[in-house]
Amino acid sequence: MMANIIEIQGLTKTYFNKKALNNVNLIIEKSRIVGILGPNGSGKTTLLKILAGILRPSSGEVLIDGHKPGVYTKSIVSYLPDRNFLYDWMKVQDAVDFFKDFYNDFDENRAYKLLDFMKLDRNLKVNTLSKGMKEKLNLTLVLSRNAKVYILDEPIAGVDPVARDQILDAIINNYNEESTMLITTHLVRDMENIFDDVVFLKEGEVYLQGNAEALRAERNMKIDDLYKEIFGA
Amino acid sequence: MEVNFLEFNENLPIYIQIMNIIKRKIIKGELKGGNKLPSVRDLSTELKVNPNTIQRAYQELERENLVYTQRGMGTFVTEDENIIRDLKKSMASNLVNNFIEDMKSLGFSLEDIMMIINEKIKEGR
Repeated sequence: MMANIIEIQGLTKTYFNKKALNNVNLIIEKSRIVGILGPNGSGKTTLLKILAGILRPSSGEVLIDGHKPGVYTKSIVSYLPDRNFLYDWMKVQDAVDFFKDFYNDFDENRAYKLLDFMKLDRNLKVNTLSKGMKEKLNLTLVLSRNAKVYILDEPIAGVDPVARDQILDAIINNYNEESTMLITTHLVRDMENIFDDVVFLKEGEVYLQGNAEALRAERNMKIDDLYKEIFGA
Repeated sequence: MEVNFLEFNENLPIYIQIMNIIKRKIIKGELKGGNKLPSVRDLSTELKVNPNTIQRAYQELERENLVYTQRGMGTFVTEDENIIRDLKKSMASNLVNNFIEDMKSLGFSLEDIMMIINEKIKEGR
């Protein structure tokens, strides 16, 4: 059994002449919840999209469960993009059916349980859902896969505090030792307590990484304060 | 177990803050010898804290002999009265030490401190 689920070496991604990621080296251990932290434009989403197999690296190596991003890795990675990915014509039930058709590892029962927990009616239409409800629906679908790696891009951005708590609960309850979670956020204070490890991305480079509790002890500050120190003026 | 707080404010590792919450509950008698602690999963959801962090707190409490784990049953508060008494003593002495250090750093002598405490205790009666 491999202890490292994700290994990234010398990863660079350029868009035309702009470097979104610059020589990123990163090792993610299995069965951890890892926070990828950084302000807008620090490369978080680009990194996640490469791990999800949506973008290709310009250079460097990415291995997920020992494989380069491709058909296999897509089958074990469940990815929550930073925007709604469902069609407006769908009802909640259609979205569940869509995922069931698409992914072999989709657990329909878990999806229904999560929908109940999120208080989402199966007959609602996607285009009538609020931003928070859409986020909860998207997350429900992503967490209902039995994936080895969950990649969640800004799961609590722009949702109200009640929805945020529901989302955090869903993440914690669905985390298990067989899975690894990568979560980006700039709302560090709301999420820092659920991270095992944190990675600070600054201008496309890994600025600092480590165990969250060790960093708190060593720096004598919360991760939120550390974030402000690193990215503050 | 009711835990009435939503945010960890101190700059301490979270597992230590969770240990302190449980220790306080033991001292106050809200958690008695033999009582079962919430499961790691339940406390993790309640506090919105990573399950590994809760696990760590429980392990450290076990190392301090304040709790014990029964396989498949859960984690329980020790029934050893001596250990609980020692916990109370060490908590009290920590509080007093901090207080004395604070007072000293403000320039109070030990005699001053004693006098102030005596006055306060009399006022309180």
